[in-house]
Amino acid sequence: MPDGATPVLDVKNLKTVFATRSGEVHAVNSVSFHLRPGELLGVVGESGSGKSVTMMSLLGLLPSPPADVREGSVMLGDRDILQMGAEDLRAVRGREVGFVFQDPMTSLNPVFTVGFQIMEPLRAHMGMTKAQARDRAVDLLELVGIPDARRRLDDYPHQFSGGMRQRVMIAIALACDPKVLIADEPTTALDVTIQAQILELVKELRKKLGMAIIWITHDLGVIAGIADRVMVMYGGQVVEQGPVREVFADPAHPYTRALLRTMPKLHGEREPKLRVIEGQPPILGRHPTACPFSARCAHSHDRCTRENPQRRDIGQGHDVACFWDHRGATA
Amino acid sequence: MTAKRALVQVRDLKLHFPIYGGLLRRQVGAIKAVDGISFDILEGETLGIVGESGCGKSTAGRAVLRLYEATAGSVSIDGEDIGKLGSEALRKKRPTMQMVFQDPQASLNPRMTVAGIIGEPLDEHTSLSKTEKLTRIYELMDAVGLNRDFANRYPHAFSGGQRQRIGIARALALNPKFIVCDEPIAALDVSIQAQVVNLLEELQSRFGLTYMFISHDLSMVRHIADRVAVMYLGKIVEVAPVERLYANPQHPYTEALLSAVPEPDPSLEGQKARIVLVGDVPSPANPPKGCNFCTRCPKVMDICRSVKPETVEVAPGHSVACHLIAQQSTTGRTGGTGAEHKPMTNQQGEVA
Ligand SMILES: Nc1ncnc2c1ncn2[C@@H]1O[C@H](COP(=O)(O)OP(=O)(O)OP(=O)(O)O)[C@@H](O)[C@H]1O
Ligand SMILES: Nc1ncnc2c1ncn2[C@@H]1O[C@H](COP(=O)(O)OP(=O)(O)OP(=O)(O)O)[C@@H](O)[C@H]1O
Ligand SMILES: [Mg+2]
Ligand SMILES: [Mg+2]
Repeated sequence: MPDGATPVLDVKNLKTVFATRSGEVHAVNSVSFHLRPGELLGVVGESGSGKSVTMMSLLGLLPSPPADVREGSVMLGDRDILQMGAEDLRAVRGREVGFVFQDPMTSLNPVFTVGFQIMEPLRAHMGMTKAQARDRAVDLLELVGIPDARRRLDDYPHQFSGGMRQRVMIAIALACDPKVLIADEPTTALDVTIQAQILELVKELRKKLGMAIIWITHDLGVIAGIADRVMVMYGGQVVEQGPVREVFADPAHPYTRALLRTMPKLHGEREPKLRVIEGQPPILGRHPTACPFSARCAHSHDRCTRENPQRRDIGQGHDVACFWDHRGATA
Repeated sequence: MTAKRALVQVRDLKLHFPIYGGLLRRQVGAIKAVDGISFDILEGETLGIVGESGCGKSTAGRAVLRLYEATAGSVSIDGEDIGKLGSEALRKKRPTMQMVFQDPQASLNPRMTVAGIIGEPLDEHTSLSKTEKLTRIYELMDAVGLNRDFANRYPHAFSGGQRQRIGIARALALNPKFIVCDEPIAALDVSIQAQVVNLLEELQSRFGLTYMFISHDLSMVRHIADRVAVMYLGKIVEVAPVERLYANPQHPYTEALLSAVPEPDPSLEGQKARIVLVGDVPSPANPPKGCNFCTRCPKVMDICRSVKPETVEVAPGHSVACHLIAQQSTTGRTGGTGAEHKPMTNQQGEVA
């Protein structure tokens, strides 16, 4: 992926606020990132840090109210998704950008069969006949490793296991060969062998179709294995971003460093107690005026509570939003 | 450990979902989601359950708590055969056995506030006053790392991981003895996973809780479990104490499973030798004639395609259902499939 390639997706200063009875929730604060053709961007971050809301905002998937996408632009090629009308938006969602939702049970409709839900976008966007769509649906289910695919098309979502539902979601997102795939925790319910199979499939699709992918996950092992770049979110912001090897070898943000230390190990001594990041996640009641991690950070000083650090370049396409100079330190 | 009593005893448990077909919607077959499993869980221990997606882990968990009526077999918890309990006796027993569900969204009532959801079992099974109840709800929210200020929010206003913690708080509300945790941490980030697992362990040592811990996260299972059962297509193929299973897996499926764990280090990732399974994934509606794993097993033999393997105890507490093992114990060990190799540790050049 040459660095110069024009991004397929370019997000600038995205800001999303929820109106709730107990006040505003500033879930996404000035998030910027881009995605190049064929590239895989991994997104990690604390639970509640705004990963899902960011991705739903950029495709206009959040109901408004309560959500208000207040600022920003989302360029898909030369069009701004945030300025699109309902019709264009529908076409973009089903066809150009595939989306795998985090919660398969809520995004699959319980009253329609699994087969119907895979065939629907094929008929709507690809103009397939019922028979063609059915064949393609079987192929897609086989691709994601569902045994006995043809018979299972007539099953309802509740008849599938958690991991199978998740694979159905992946099949639907891939149905129309999208340019961009956004996958929100797509393999959390999958065992490692099937996960490995899905990851292989994803690698292949990138090669064959040049699909660009955003992959949200808590599994740093998955990121290490498939991502080109990784973006770390905390408290509604991007706190670090860079090539995956750079970020793993030389994490710059104290949150990223703590995150990498909390992983349980498959080898070596069993730890009596797992490491955690002490303290509570921030409450996002208003636009941040301080570093969201400062209350839990070992390196925070008073500037961090007065000013919200901006992302700064630290070389090799790696940037961090932190005042602390991790290279000047030993710990 | 051996002196401990088995709190949960599962014998030859089967759960088949009927398949209906044809014009008259007659039963034409069955999905054998759980097809004859037996195990004990000792008081105060954690039994990890791992295995492929769709192999029947959640169904087994639900059947153990009688959230599904078993097709055959028995489950006894704390000496009572729960399949035989009447509805009132079962209602009385419910507080002692709880489940944390895999799908946090689907298991939370969207019209109730968080405080309402966590407090609901307290309403149903206790006579706490309003303030006592609120104190308990706050305690539980603290315990799972949910900010108290969120008590009056509705589930949709939470992230996936936050919702999972609501489900855990609810399961803990009545101080149960036995909890089936179905992928309790899959939706959580690693730090909160660690918090929740530490919490489960702390509660276990404080109150002697017993867990059936279903997870596909093998590193986490290694951390939390005392013993691990590996399932494949409705059956248990291997059970062993945790250290033994990871250091010395005997069933080819267990080996493949352990080799597929992603390595959280981009420089190691490339070197890892994976056993990639090929072949058809059989359907639980139509399992293979012999061993359920025979269609994908890298070490398959003729006998595997026709005869179901018996479960053999290869060491105290370590049982395996595989013809390779049965053969080795009669003909002595052969080089290629030596029982003592350690694929994981050798590849990483580490000592176990
Ligand atoms: N409808 C809503 N109303 C109010 N707040 C909301 C709503 N939806 C989400 N939020 C808040 O927005 C923040 C970001 O949520 P988001 O779902 O993006 O987190 P996430 O990073 O995807 O977390 P996870 O890893 O747990 O899925 C959270 O603090 C959440 O509570
Ligand atoms: N209500 C149901 N009706 C029909 N079939 C079902 C039902 N629930 C589960 N099944 C089937 O039973 C099998 C086992 O499902 P189960 O949910 O127990 O798997 P699992 O091991 O928990 O998988 P995962 O890791 O994906 O959650 C699957 O083939 C599934 O499709
Ligand atoms: Mg999310
Ligand atoms: Mg399950």
